[in-house]
Amino acid sequence: MASVASKLYSDDVSLLVLLLDTNPFFWDTTSTTFSQFLSHVLAFLNAVLGLNQLNQVVVIATGYSSCDYVYDSSLTSNVSSESRGTGGIPALFGSLLEKLEDFISRDAELSQGDEHVDRIASSLLSGSLSMALCYIQRIFRTGHLHPQPRILCLQGSPDGPEQYVAVMNSIFSAQRLMVPIDSCYIGTQNSAFLQQASYITGGVHHAPKQLGGLFQFLTTIFATDLHTRGFVQLPKPVGVDFRASCFCHKKTIDMGYVCSVCLSIFCEHHKKCSTCGSVFGQSKLDGANASSSVNDRKRKAPDS
Amino acid sequence: MSDWQVKYKSSLKDRGTEGILKLREGILLFVPNDPTSDSKLKVLTPNIKSQKYTKEGSKKPAWLNLSNKQGDSHIFEFQNYQDMHACRALITKALAKCEEEQPKKPAAVLTSAEQLSIADLELRFKVLRENIELQRLHKEFVETKVLTEDEFWATRKKLLGKDSIRKSKQQVGLKSMMVSGIKPSTDGRTNRVTFNLTSEIIFQIFAEKPAVRQAFINYVPSKMTEKDFWTKYFRAEYLYSTKNTAVAAAEAAEDEELAVFLKPDEILAQEARQKIRRVDPTLDMEADQGDDYTHLMDHGIQRDGTMDVVEPQNGQFRRSLLQDLNRHAAVVLEGRNIGKHLFAPPSILSSYVFHDVDSENTRSVAEALARVKQVSKADGETTKDANQERLARMSRLAEMEDLQAPQNFPLAPLSIKDPRDYFESQQGNVVNEPRGAGTLKRNVHEAYGSLKESILEIRTKGLRDPLIKPEVAFEVLFYPVVFRSLTQTISTAKNIIGKNPRESFLDRLPKSTRDEVLHHWTSIQELLKHFWSSYPITTTYLHTKVGKLKDAMSNSYSQLEAMKESVQSELRHQLSLLVRPMQQALDAAFQHYDADLQRRTAKSARGSAGEANGSV
Repeated sequence: MASVASKLYSDDVSLLVLLLDTNPFFWDTTSTTFSQFLSHVLAFLNAVLGLNQLNQVVVIATGYSSCDYVYDSSLTSNVSSESRGTGGIPALFGSLLEKLEDFISRDAELSQGDEHVDRIASSLLSGSLSMALCYIQRIFRTGHLHPQPRILCLQGSPDGPEQYVAVMNSIFSAQRLMVPIDSCYIGTQNSAFLQQASYITGGVHHAPKQLGGLFQFLTTIFATDLHTRGFVQLPKPVGVDFRASCFCHKKTIDMGYVCSVCLSIFCEHHKKCSTCGSVFGQSKLDGANASSSVNDRKRKAPDS
Repeated sequence: MSDWQVKYKSSLKDRGTEGILKLREGILLFVPNDPTSDSKLKVLTPNIKSQKYTKEGSKKPAWLNLSNKQGDSHIFEFQNYQDMHACRALITKALAKCEEEQPKKPAAVLTSAEQLSIADLELRFKVLRENIELQRLHKEFVETKVLTEDEFWATRKKLLGKDSIRKSKQQVGLKSMMVSGIKPSTDGRTNRVTFNLTSEIIFQIFAEKPAVRQAFINYVPSKMTEKDFWTKYFRAEYLYSTKNTAVAAAEAAEDEELAVFLKPDEILAQEARQKIRRVDPTLDMEADQGDDYTHLMDHGIQRDGTMDVVEPQNGQFRRSLLQDLNRHAAVVLEGRNIGKHLFAPPSILSSYVFHDVDSENTRSVAEALARVKQVSKADGETTKDANQERLARMSRLAEMEDLQAPQNFPLAPLSIKDPRDYFESQQGNVVNEPRGAGTLKRNVHEAYGSLKESILEIRTKGLRDPLIKPEVAFEVLFYPVVFRSLTQTISTAKNIIGKNPRESFLDRLPKSTRDEVLHHWTSIQELLKHFWSSYPITTTYLHTKVGKLKDAMSNSYSQLEAMKESVQSELRHQLSLLVRPMQQALDAAFQHYDADLQRRTAKSARGSAGEANGSV
C-alpha cells in the first residue's frame, strides 16, 4: 500500500486549512448573508477535494471568543448517520454544519459577558492561526509523505490591535515552517494583519469586491496548490500596510519607540520595557517631542 | 616681473618641456610653449608645502623644486640664477601671506563647501555629467535652494567614493633582498670603488645596524661630513669582505671611527639579551645565551661561502652570513613604521653627490629610527609592574589544584520569570479608539441568533442554485486581477489580458507625460527621503529645511494634479492609479508635518521656559 500511496503522491497534493470567520457582529453588518457565504465556501471546498484524490481540507471556525476545529476531511466519520434535510448538501458536509452550529452555540455562551466591552469587534484570528499551525506541525511529523500544507484565511472582521503580538508570532512561525498564508478579505476596511501575513509568508492576498462571485474568486485564486503557483500569475499586492500596534495601548501606530533588546514597540516613552524588563536610557528628546523618536539607548542596570 | 621662461620637469630625469611660468595672485601657472603638449600646470599657492633649489656655486643649472601638500614635486629649470631667486622670493612671500591669512578667516564662512578641494568638485561634475537623471534632480533641488549641495551628496557617497579609494597609495613594504650588502662597482683602471647609495639602502643599514645609526647621529655633522662617514663605513665593509683580519685589526687600531664599524654591534647585543630575559618562563622552551645570534663565532659559513677557522683575538672582525641574514630577516618582519613622507620613491642619486638637504634627510631617518627604537624599548622594559605580572602568571600556571583555597565566584541569582506576566502585560491597558457612532452595547443574543438561523437555512435549503448568477460571473471575469476599472472597453481588454498591463499602459502615454511621471517619481522619492530624515526636528536648521521641502512637495503635488487633468480621458484613470501611491506618500508626509506643527505650537503656547523652537 505504501508504494501505491507514494505513486499517487504527485507534487500537487495539498492540505488546505481554512480559517472561517464566524464573527456574528460582522455578519450582522454585511449585505451578503452567512448562508450565501457558506454555500460559496462549501462549493469551493468540494472543488479543492476534487482536484486531487489525496487532497485534504481542514476547517477551523474563528469565532468572537473562541475557535475550534469544525471539519477534517481525512476523518472517516464525516458522513453523519442522520442526514437532516433534503438533498442539496453534499453528504460530506453534513457533519461540518452540525459542528458549526454547536460551535456557534458555545461561542454565544462565552460571549455573554462581553456585552459592554468597548472593543473593536474582531474575531480571534490569532487563536485560529495557532490551531492551524499546530495541526500542520502534526502533519509534518507523520513522515515524509505528506501533502503540502497551506492556510487560507477567510476574514471579514477588522483587525484587533490587541492581537498584534500573537498574530505576528504565528506569522513568523508559519514563515519558519514555510507554510504560506493566503488571505481573502471580504470586509470593508483594509486588514493590515492579513496583508502582512501573506507578504511575509509568501502567500496571496486578495480582497474581492463582489461577494456575489466569491466562489469564482476562491477557485481561480486560492485553489491553486503550491507547485502550480510557480507558473500561474496570481494577483500581486501593490503595497503592504506594515503598521504595527503598540504594545502598551494596542493602538495602531506608524512611528514610535522600539526597545533595542526585544524589539517591542511602544507609542510613548517608557522607563522600562514591559516585555524584557530592560531599563531605557535617557532619550535625547525627553520633553521636547513626545512621539517622534525611533531609538532608545539601553543602559544595563546591575540589578533588575 | 612675474613671468619667467623655464623648462618644466616632472622628475629629475625628464628632459623638460619649455614654457612660461607665471605667478599670479595665489596661483602658479605653467604654460608650455608647444600648444599640443599637455603638461600645463596650475598650482594654488596655499598648496605649496616646500621649495628646494640648487646652489649657485655648483655647476648645475638653476633648479627650483616645489613640493605640494599631496606629495608631488615639480621641478622648474630657470635660465639663470637671478630668475630663480626672484621666483623663490615671490613664492615665499605668497606663502607667508597665505599663512597669515588662514587664521583670519572667520570660522563661520568656512562652510564645508569651501573646504572641498578642486578634485572633489571635479569629481562631482563628472558624476553629474554622466548621469542625466541625477543632473536633473540636482538642478531642480540644489539650484532652487531646496536642498544644499552637501545634503544632496550625503547619501550618494558611493558614487563619489570610488575615485578617492583609487587614489590612496599602498604602503610599500621592506624588500627581502639584502640591499645593504650590495657589491660596489670597481673600476680596475683607476682603482676606484664606487658605492651607490639610495635612501632605501640607507634605511636598511640604519635598521639592521643600530651601532652604525648611533655613530651617524653622534659623528655627523659634528665630527665628519656624511660623505666621509659613508666612505669609512664602506671601507669597513670592504675590509670585511676581504677577510683580511690582520689588516682590519690594524686599521681599527688607527682609526677609532673605523673601529666603530668593525666592532660587533653592542646595541644589537644588548637588545638580544633583553629579549631573552623577557621570554615567558611558562613557555615550554629553552632559551639561553646561545640563542643570541650575534655570537656565533666558531661556526657558520662566512659571507662568501668558505668555512675558515679564525684566530680568537681577531674574532671580532668577522661576521658570518647567518648573522647578517638573521638580522635582516628580523628587520623585515618588524616592518616599516616610519612615516611615509621620509621616503620618495627610490630614485638613484649619483654617487657622492648630495645636496645639503639630503644629509638632513638621512639624519632625520636616523633620528626617526632611534626614536622608534627608544619607544619600543621603553615599552618592553621590565618595569616593576611587568615583573609582578610575570610572577603572578607563573604562579598561576604552576599551581596545584588540590592545594588551592576554595573559590567563591560571584554569583548572580537565577531569576525565572513567570510566563503569565508576559501574557498579561500584553492584555492589560487596552485603551481603544472611541467607537463613535457604533453600538455601545452590543446585542450578543441577537447577533448569534441570526447566525444560527443562517445555518439552519442552508441545512434545509442546501447550496444555492445557481451558485453564481451569470452576470456576476461575467463581471468577475473581467474584474482586474491586476488593477483595472470595470468600465474598460472590450478592445482595451483584449489588448491587455495576458500582458502586464502597467508596462503597456506606460507605453501608451505620450512621451512627455511619461517622462514627467518618471521624473516626478524620482524627485518625490528624493524629497521624501530628506523630509523623513529630518524628523524629529531639533534645530532651527532642520526646521527651515523641512519648511523648504514641504513647499517643494506641495509644488510636486499640484503638478501631479495638473498632469492628471491634462491627459486624455481614457488614460486618466490609469494615470491616476499610477500616480496614487505618490500622492498617498505625499499626503502622509503633509499630515505628519501638520500634526507636528500643531503639537509644537500647542507646546510653545503652554509656555514652558527654554523650549523655544524645540531646541534641545
